[in-house]
Order: sequence, then structure tokens, then C-alpha cells
Amino acid sequence: MSIILDHVNYIYGSDTSLAVHALKDINLVIPDGQFIGLIGHTGSGKSTLVQHLNGLIKPSNGNIYFNGEDIHAQDYNKKKLRSKVGLVFQYPEHQLFEIDVFSDVCFGPKNLGLSRQETELRAYAALKQVGLEDDYFYQSPFDLSGGQKRRVAIAGVLAMKPEILVLDEPTAGLDPKGRDEILDQIAKLKEETGITVILVSHSMEDVAKYVERIIVMNQGAVMLDDIPREVFKHYKELEEVGLAAPQVTYIMQALSKKGMPVRTDVTTIAEAKDEILRVLGSGR
Amino acid sequence: MGIIKTDRLVFEYIRRDEEGNVEGITRAVDEVDLDVKKGEFVAILGHNGSGKSTLAKHINAILYPTEGSVWVDGMDTREEKDLWNIRQEAGMVFQNPDNQIIGQVVEEDVGFGPENMGVPTDEIWERVEESLKAVGMYQYRKFSPNKLSGGQKQRVSIAGVIAMHPKCIILDEPTAMLDPNGRREVVRAVRALNDVEGITVLLITHYMEEIIHADKVFVMDKGKVAMQGTPREIFSQVEKLKQLRLDVPQVTLLAHELKKSGVDLPAGILTVEELTQALEHAQKYRH
Repeated sequence: MSIILDHVNYIYGSDTSLAVHALKDINLVIPDGQFIGLIGHTGSGKSTLVQHLNGLIKPSNGNIYFNGEDIHAQDYNKKKLRSKVGLVFQYPEHQLFEIDVFSDVCFGPKNLGLSRQETELRAYAALKQVGLEDDYFYQSPFDLSGGQKRRVAIAGVLAMKPEILVLDEPTAGLDPKGRDEILDQIAKLKEETGITVILVSHSMEDVAKYVERIIVMNQGAVMLDDIPREVFKHYKELEEVGLAAPQVTYIMQALSKKGMPVRTDVTTIAEAKDEILRVLGSGR
Repeated sequence: MGIIKTDRLVFEYIRRDEEGNVEGITRAVDEVDLDVKKGEFVAILGHNGSGKSTLAKHINAILYPTEGSVWVDGMDTREEKDLWNIRQEAGMVFQNPDNQIIGQVVEEDVGFGPENMGVPTDEIWERVEESLKAVGMYQYRKFSPNKLSGGQKQRVSIAGVIAMHPKCIILDEPTAMLDPNGRREVVRAVRALNDVEGITVLLITHYMEEIIHADKVFVMDKGKVAMQGTPREIFSQVEKLKQLRLDVPQVTLLAHELKKSGVDLPAGILTVEELTQALEHAQKYRH
């Protein structure tokens, strides 16, 4: 069970004078159950890449394999693929439309042709997975807060029972608490179900806190692909391509420059705290 | 009186059912008193639904108070004759840059505002040039906006507002949709407007790092001003901010965590500099 991208290239408007080479020779293996962060500046090709994962965009050349099968083979069942690879777009709450929350989440599984009972069971489970209280189930989705709407939209994708969940900036525009709640919920979901999660994000702090692997895109190519600690060691290169390291990494760099013997490859607050306490403690 | 002043400002939304009967009333802004002095950099924080955007929309007369008053540079926003003067003096920038750009070419877009105000052509071009220079986008003046990055587009939106020569500028989450570099560019441009041009800035944001240099911070909750003070005063109350669904910059949070573990640090550390100095001090003291 995995996705393999093999020499994938994509060119927008290839037969026009405005052709843009959006993806350049992408080779990636996405195994089961990983929590992956996908980062890159605006226009680096992140969104184009994720749209390849469930066949919304067909590569100009190269192949994509899902569980060993070429997804662009003649007889491949794309509809099934789309239920296996769930894509949550930016501002997914703009796609809510039903009269109440529960019906909205039912829409996906209903279209898969499932029985009413199975549809409702799935919708219920999905709403529980995103941590929405029962009280909201029969309210109009438009009366909910921003964070709640977004949970409903994510539940709509989860109700399809995907094996891979791709979230394109799921926390944009949310307040700090709303942001933490959504990401904690996704981490918990991943823990409980073993689903593969790909998180597209502009927040280095969030990526550092949650994911186990980071893929950095730049100008349509994969620039770095490693565990967070290794990726953020390249903070100078990241800055050159419009990104950064988490703020704590800079704090540790500054402390080290001042002569405090701390490790500088720290990426989260908890790690930084332990590291500073260790150094302060040993000085006693 | 400051350049922006509100007196017991109240705004209520009336919720109606399908037949148009009143279902209830939501008080989005609840007796807010604000006094912003000319040239100040003021930040407004608050969770989703706390009333910050509703408040901001009162300042250039997109919304009118249900009760209380709003004055912009001494003009009451309910006076219809002053409407255009108010909108020109208090410019607004929103979250999504794509919704705010209308021109086919950057310089045309920036010239749209002054053109509508009836500014003579020669002066429009002067204003376009100075505005684009102020946000560092002058070299892109002949570009099509759709060839720009999010941060660049947002800076063009800001230039479009500055070209109308406002006395204050209100930015409602201008960086929410941008990557780290775009955020940095926009924040830098806004600070320069404040420092160099002396334009009063009202910045609404969910990114705590962006406002550590503000002169004053207001924190909204349930339509009311729940906290106000300097960034240091506000960010030294980590637990209270968390209750209000907010956060503090990572430096401040790290300092707070270290303090809880017994390291002797002052409250409300805002920058990496401050933390390294305080830690150096703490280390010496322990030796």
C-alpha cells in the first residue's frame, strides 16, 4: 500500500507560448502510515503535486502508482482511487452546501453508492473523528464557527474512508487555538487509524511539531526530503527559497553563537526547553 | 481626540428565519472604547468570531454602529456627507489579495483609487510611483498582477490604498494566506509605512510574531475589549491568552516554559535577543 511517483513531469499550457514547467522529474515514495509535511513557497508546485496523487491532474510524462497499479492505465478505476486518496482543499468550508451538517458529510459516501445505513454510520464515525459534538449535527453548517466548519469539511472527506488524507493548508485563517485543535485531531486520527497524512503548510512551527518527514518543494522540484531535524539544518537554503526554520531553531542558533553549548538542531519548544535546562543544569 | 475613536460602540446583527421573522440578535461588538493616536501602530488580536473584523469595518464606514459612535479624524462615520472623506482617510486591506486587485497591470491597479477621487493625471502617476516604492514593488510596475506571488500581490493592494493618501490604514489578516516570505515582506512594508510615512496602522492578525513592535495591543473576546496594553504587557499573560484561544510568539512561550521549570527569567520576553541575554544572565548567576 503506497504511492510511487516515478519521473513525474507536469507542464501547464504545454502547447502554448505560456507553458510553465510546474513539476520537474518528481520521484517520491509515500509508504503507508507516514505523517508527511509538504512545504514550499507560493507557486513552488505543492498544490500541483497533490492534485496528481488522486488523478485530478495527469502528468505530462512519468507514472504514478497506487498500491502497485498505474493510475493512468486504461482500465484503472479512478473513482475508487478518489475515495482512497482524500483531498481536503484550502478553505474547504466553501464547499459545504447541505441543509445540515450530517447531510453534508453523508454526501460523499452516498455518491459511492453505499446503503443508507452504511452512509450514516460512516458520517457519524467521521464527525466523531474530527471531534464535533452531537449537538451540531442537525445545525446548518453555515451557522458554525470557522474551525467547526472546517472540521465538517474534513469529516466529509474522512467519510469516504480514505487510506491517504491530503490536507492543503487546513489551518489557514484559524485562530491559534483552532489551529492547534485541528492539528491535534489529525495527529490523533493518524495515531488511531494508521492513515497516511500529507499536510501542506506554510507554518514551519506546525510542521516541526507534528510530522515525521518533510518534503520541500522549490520551483517544481523536490529540494529536500528528510526528517524535520535534518531539513531545518538547511535553514539558510530554506530562507533563500522563501521559507524558514521554526523560530526556536533561530533561538538555539543565537544561544550557541553566544557561547552556550546547546544543540542547534532543535525544532520544537519542548525540545528546546529540555536542551536549555540540560545545559543550565550541567553548569551548576 | 485621536485619529480613530470609538465611544461605547455596539453592533448587532439581526438573525432572521426563512420568512424574515426575527430569530434573535447577535451582539458582535459590545461597548468598545478605542482611542488610537495619530502615527500609532495598533494591533487587534482575538479568536475567530470575537468581533475584530466587525470592529474594523466600522472604521471606514462599511458598517455603522447600532449604538455609540465612531469618529475618524474627527468625522462621525454616520454623517453621510463625510463618507468619501472617511473612506479616503482610512484605507482597508483584506485577507485575500486576489479579491482586491482589479487592474491588468500593477501600476494601473494602484492608480485606480486616486483616479476615482479625481486626482489630476500627472499627480496620479506621481502617487503610483511613490506608493509602489513605499512597499518595494516599483520594479514590478509593468507586471500583470497574476504573475506575482501572494506577498507581492498583497503589497500591491497596500500600495493601492496608500496612493489614496490615507491617514490610517486598517489591515484585516493581510498575511493569513501567505507563505513565510510573503508574510515577512508584508509586515516589513507595513512597519515602514508606519515608521517612515507616519501612517497610523491598525493590524488584525492571528500571527503573534507580527505585532511585537506594536505600540498598543487590543485583545477582543465576545465583542468586548478583553485585554489592552503594550505587547510586553499582553504577552506576559500566557495563560490568559490561551484561555482566549490565542497564543504568544515561540520565544515568549519558550521563556514562559523555562520560567515554569525554575529558570530565573523576566516575564514577557519578546525577541530572541532578549531571551539570549536573559539566559546568559541566568547562567552566570547559577555558576
